[in-house]
Amino acid sequence: MSKRIDVKDLNVYYGDFLAVEDVTINIEAKSVTAFIGPSGCGKSTFLRTLNRMHEVIPGARVEGEVMLDGDNLYGPGVDPVTVRSQIGMVFQRPNPFPTMSIRDNVLAGVKLNNKKISKGEADVLVERSLKGANLWNEVKDRLEKPGSGLSGGQQQRLCIARAIAVEPQVILMDEPCSALDPISTLAIEDLINELKDQYTVVIVTHNMQQAARVSDRTAFFNIAGTGKPGKLIEVGDTHTIFSNPTQKATEDYVSGRFG
Amino acid sequence: MTSTLTPVRSKRSALTKGQLPKYAPYAVLAAALVVGAAILALVGFNAFGWGLVSALLFAIGLVSWSAAVEGSRKAKDKLATCLVVGSFLIALLPLISVIWTVLVNGIPGLIAPGFLSTSMNGVTGVYDNRAAEEGAPVIGGIYHALLGTIQITLLATVISVPVGLLTAIYLVEYGNDGRIARAITFFVDVMTGIPSIVAGLFAAAFFFAVVGPGTKTGAVAAVALSVLMIPVVVRSSEEMLKIVPNELREAAYALGVRKWRTIIKVVIPTAISGIASGVTLAIARVIGETAPILVTAGFATSINSNVFSGWMASLPTFIYTQILNPTSPANPDPSSQRAWGAALVLIILVMLLNLGARLIARVFAPKTGR
Repeated sequence: MSKRIDVKDLNVYYGDFLAVEDVTINIEAKSVTAFIGPSGCGKSTFLRTLNRMHEVIPGARVEGEVMLDGDNLYGPGVDPVTVRSQIGMVFQRPNPFPTMSIRDNVLAGVKLNNKKISKGEADVLVERSLKGANLWNEVKDRLEKPGSGLSGGQQQRLCIARAIAVEPQVILMDEPCSALDPISTLAIEDLINELKDQYTVVIVTHNMQQAARVSDRTAFFNIAGTGKPGKLIEVGDTHTIFSNPTQKATEDYVSGRFG
Repeated sequence: MTSTLTPVRSKRSALTKGQLPKYAPYAVLAAALVVGAAILALVGFNAFGWGLVSALLFAIGLVSWSAAVEGSRKAKDKLATCLVVGSFLIALLPLISVIWTVLVNGIPGLIAPGFLSTSMNGVTGVYDNRAAEEGAPVIGGIYHALLGTIQITLLATVISVPVGLLTAIYLVEYGNDGRIARAITFFVDVMTGIPSIVAGLFAAAFFFAVVGPGTKTGAVAAVALSVLMIPVVVRSSEEMLKIVPNELREAAYALGVRKWRTIIKVVIPTAISGIASGVTLAIARVIGETAPILVTAGFATSINSNVFSGWMASLPTFIYTQILNPTSPANPDPSSQRAWGAALVLIILVMLLNLGARLIARVFAPKTGR
């Protein structure tokens, strides 16, 4: 239940502005790939093109190919809704649905699409997803309480449970820990380590230590200056990127000389 | 053994020096009331003047005492407080005065037997003359008008809410601030400013042209009211939909949920409390409209439970005709009593709607808590 993503010659535009230029990257199945780089270099923008979430922003468009196990996400007639049901996303700020209980938040992907599900199946799905997100023990006695009553870290894990409940092939995470404290961050990082057994995980992070801790492969994005497009500088095994990068800019960034 | 400890003296703390005692405002108020009454007694007493003079005396007294004891900063603070409280009381005066007048004049009408359960059908000047001259009970009631108001307003709501809500959804979710969306926003703003009588004339002319000349029914009035209601509903719903965080929409999209489902199942439920209370306030706004109903539904003295045929009474037009054309021109008092009673009922309806809006907002609000 995981697929690889191959991106070829991808340009991302906001209107006429070229935001990310010429990205070619292979993202392996059942592994964690981290995107690092300074602010504004287009990591999040690029991440959103992997499940066509950039289309929510007016004027955003891409050129190039994104292949999910050989199927082009941007091929003619491809429905972005189908893409997003295969490639889930977790956002920077926890965003559980305020009108729904914890249980309904987990079931949101099923219920909002009006799929019929028996109560028994729903119970199994809720328990499996919450266990998958390491949240079950904390919330099993208050599944009917609103999701907004949880702590920030718990809410973020609830959002991860919600994302894995629709059984995607790939999970994209856009700085999932930047709004969380170290303990909650640790819980999410442990979770990412477990998730890669079943899913392809792509994570954007500002925290280089976090990239080094959780990822198998790391991609470094950089920007030449404001107004210039962001570029993929280098991608490789996390160990290589952090200890022996081939590009000078990567070395400067990971060693803390800038950024 | 000599104690070096000094006993704790019950004196005012050094930190609270230079403050007015707690009772200061009350003392000044009492003095101001007494002095005010004395001054007014010299020129001829009246309650309004007494209040005004006392308020001025209170402000002057408190501020100058404070200036003497506490210094200029505290005195300015007291002056500002006096101004704020004074403005609040002035703003409250008309409201209290209206409620008081309507209560005093309306209660005799409201408690008259059969006031809420009978119509004006068959009530003629003869009965009113008898009531005024021989002390017989005032008969006749507002049942037909109450029924008409409820039917007309309900139909207007049924027309306006879907149109207004769908317009708001288009503006917020699909309009993208494009040319059409901006044009709609502009015309909605124009609609907000339409005088209610013009809305009534529009509805009347429209039905005259479409159905036939002289068509005056509750439905025509409902159309006129919805012309007034739609912009209010659009505006309030639009604001409520706008404040739904974009993150919730993105969260739903990322789960592979279609846009229209996201709107129906995530955006609207999140905003429903605000939308519902906005609609209720819009109803409260149009329920008291008189002019558009006069030209569209005419005036009836009997019960009409069919909103699509025949003239129909409503509370505002009932009040208007009872005051302007008393049932018995020789003795207008019974008519006036009925009009005040109807006014009281109308105010109670509006108050209930406002309370309802608050209740709805609370019931539908997203639940928090652990």
